Amino acid sequence: MSGNMNLTLKIWRQKNANAVGGFETFNVKNISLDSSFLEMLDILNEELELKGVEPVAFEHDCREGICGACSLVINGRPHGPLDKITTCQLHMRHFKDGDIIWIEPWRAKAFPVIKDLIVDRTSFDKIIQAGGFVSVDTGGVPDANAILISKESIETATDAAACIGCGACVAACKNASAMLFVSAKVSQFAVLPQGQPERYLRVEAMVKRMDELGFGSCTNTYACEAECPKGISIRNIARMNRDYFMSKIKSENVEM
Amino acid sequence: MIKLDSKIPPGQIQEKWTNHKFNMKLVNPANKRKYDIIVVGTGLAGASAAASLAELGYNVTVLTYHDSPRRAHSIAAQGGVNAAKNYPNDGDSIYRLFYDTLKGGDYRSREANVYRLAEVSNNIIDQCVAQGVPFAREYGGHLDNRSFGGALVSRTFYSRSITGQQLLLGAYSALSRQVGLGKIKMFTRREMLEVVVVDGTARGVVARNLVTGEIENYSAHAVCLATGGYSRVFYLSTNAMYCNATAAWRAHKKGAVFANPCFTQIHPTCLPLHGDQQSKLTLMSESLRNDGRVWVPLKPGDKRKPKDIPERERDYILERKYPTYGNLAPRDISSRAAKEACDEGKGVGDTGQAVYLDFADSIKRLGKKVIDERYGNLFEMYELITAENPWEVPMRIYPAPHYTMGGIWVDYNLMSSIPGLFVLGEANFSDHGANRLGASALMQGLADGYFVIPYTIGDYLAGTKFGTVKNDNPEFKKEVDNINDLTKKLLSIKGKRTTDDIHRQLGRIMWNKVGMARNEKGLKDAIKEIRDLREEFWQNVNVPGSGEDLNISLEKAGRVADFLELGELMAVDGLDRNESCGGHFREEYQYEDGEAKRNDKKYAYVSAWEYKKAGDWKLIKESLNFEFLKPTVRSYK
Repeated sequence: MSGNMNLTLKIWRQKNANAVGGFETFNVKNISLDSSFLEMLDILNEELELKGVEPVAFEHDCREGICGACSLVINGRPHGPLDKITTCQLHMRHFKDGDIIWIEPWRAKAFPVIKDLIVDRTSFDKIIQAGGFVSVDTGGVPDANAILISKESIETATDAAACIGCGACVAACKNASAMLFVSAKVSQFAVLPQGQPERYLRVEAMVKRMDELGFGSCTNTYACEAECPKGISIRNIARMNRDYFMSKIKSENVEM
Repeated sequence: MIKLDSKIPPGQIQEKWTNHKFNMKLVNPANKRKYDIIVVGTGLAGASAAASLAELGYNVTVLTYHDSPRRAHSIAAQGGVNAAKNYPNDGDSIYRLFYDTLKGGDYRSREANVYRLAEVSNNIIDQCVAQGVPFAREYGGHLDNRSFGGALVSRTFYSRSITGQQLLLGAYSALSRQVGLGKIKMFTRREMLEVVVVDGTARGVVARNLVTGEIENYSAHAVCLATGGYSRVFYLSTNAMYCNATAAWRAHKKGAVFANPCFTQIHPTCLPLHGDQQSKLTLMSESLRNDGRVWVPLKPGDKRKPKDIPERERDYILERKYPTYGNLAPRDISSRAAKEACDEGKGVGDTGQAVYLDFADSIKRLGKKVIDERYGNLFEMYELITAENPWEVPMRIYPAPHYTMGGIWVDYNLMSSIPGLFVLGEANFSDHGANRLGASALMQGLADGYFVIPYTIGDYLAGTKFGTVKNDNPEFKKEVDNINDLTKKLLSIKGKRTTDDIHRQLGRIMWNKVGMARNEKGLKDAIKEIRDLREEFWQNVNVPGSGEDLNISLEKAGRVADFLELGELMAVDGLDRNESCGGHFREEYQYEDGEAKRNDKKYAYVSAWEYKKAGDWKLIKESLNFEFLKPTVRSYK
């Protein structure tokens, strides 16, 4: 495929976390249909650099849809108009010559803007630190084949473990809830034998941390699932809710 | 002058690591908390090392330039991780994995290191399974294996096409657990810019806070670099956009000798270029070669659609040249075969710079369902990027820079030539020789982090007398001043070219002259061109913004400045090595059939380069002794 196009970009710019941000308008020309969305932004940024203007700061890295670094709300949708891909996998052939494209950062209280389109997602790491693991030290583990796992369980676990931690679920949710992200990790371990000993402690600790960090509640709008680039299912949320309920029955940490 | 001692333990190959573990000094459990260790980088090697060291009781500080440790580029590895479990009962053993890896590296790696890697490979699988890494399973619940290039056994463990992600998330979860327990202090968005050397030993690092621009000091008793490889020197590569050589290169300039820089791997199964707006190349797992057949039209310039080219007018290049290994020939060989076909005018697609990878036969033989299970997401990815459906039309692939076998020289204990500075994973040079086999990078990263460094660093700490070094030591001040000067200089040039523009030019020089095929004249030209380009960079680059906040232009400029020095060293090293081996193919040194001609008499050594000043290095040779496996001509025919 070939052919080039010209576009108008309305991009959110914000100097730092404390500054007031706003949209700025840019024009880009001669964009190849085969270029990726981020390559289009690269071209804009090179033009800005040549003029001595600071380029638009956006997060990206692998450009293969796996590292979870890229974000961007494009024309109102996290990761742009296509389903089940990340922004870095979006190609310009899905836009038309003359289009106006609105580009914004993730917006959530728990993801404050750092600069332009870059937000701080360390709250996700903090949730994992609270319990998103199997407590096993290096060494002293049994032979890998001593732990048998059915194909069905491994498929369910892998579906959940495919989460890339990008935060699109939070950005898509009107409540900025992190339930899809948290439930994916909870589910991965909940369906595996390795996760059983800490199953209820884990969900309790992770949900507690999630609440402390300012993420909203889940009101079952399914927006998270619709925007997830990896197709993480809301079934995980249902599983987490069940486990969370059980954890409250079994828990020793009774709050009066 | 630096003297290199590889510290390879004596004895039979099977006993070296076991004996060494016994002979190494131990740190009393109660004393471990008195030692501070810095780990830079949170990929497989860094995250696994940090977690394992913290579990032992050391105080660990971790730095990464990413917003989260989970973003490290290990995450992008697709295919799998090797181990000598021999679960399929097909004749695998530690010795065979050792043999395959040493041979795959074209006999340019250390026997003892490679054997240890094979030896601990099985522990890696056990460890990852215990962490809840979802490796693929058979119906009976046991682990499944697949084959990879350069091996005749199925020893690769995998999780769909996201093995790297799953292993990294495993290591990340172990690291996160230690952060939660307070044993690891995690600093994200920090770019290490200098190693601080006090009285000849590494005692800390200086890093830039990428959000505030502040230069921060971190002191410790030992430093581990796990900062990955340098394929981005080619500009277009399969590496992530942030991947860079800066941490390793700054350490090199401080005295860590750099080994085998010219050993770079060009991966055969990548998506071809779409045009000059391209920012990076996308890799597709080599596992595709299990069921895909590589071919080109027999006649040069044949522009017919692939389905219109009958079977007898196709050249299945790998199957023809290498009947035993066929489409699973090692990466360097497969890449070169593709390049040769394109050079002969048989390349396909608009640019003529691609070969077909065809699944039609496998789909017929195994059914769509099986192929979909194995490669479904790779097929989707291909279609997403190229807008072509690989179920109907063969994929087009072309080689791309992928992995760098060269790196900081380390001894058997993973310590560099700066005492107290350890280097892990792709950042070191140690295990893959002149070519790395598929599914061995994940293995090495985790071997170094989980099972080697926790032992060897203890030996160093227990055997060293440490003076007190705090953040306010004058050496730190000196490094901070140097970095501030460099920042000021970069921001003040205000020239006419962007950093990316210069980086692209460097990439073209590297690809054309220090790429898949090299020769004396090209390498000499490359050295000159890189020097000129480096000069131009320092006269004519334009870096906007300030050093006092988040400045992506400044970050990039610093990294490209380092690539402009490293690129030269790669060419210098390639010029010194008058032989062909693995990924280093010198056109002057080949057999009549075009196979690489190694010269074991003269070049069975590691080229370790000591930095004198920009553009001036001294070569130190570490000779490679093959006690157990005699080098033979590497044949995959």
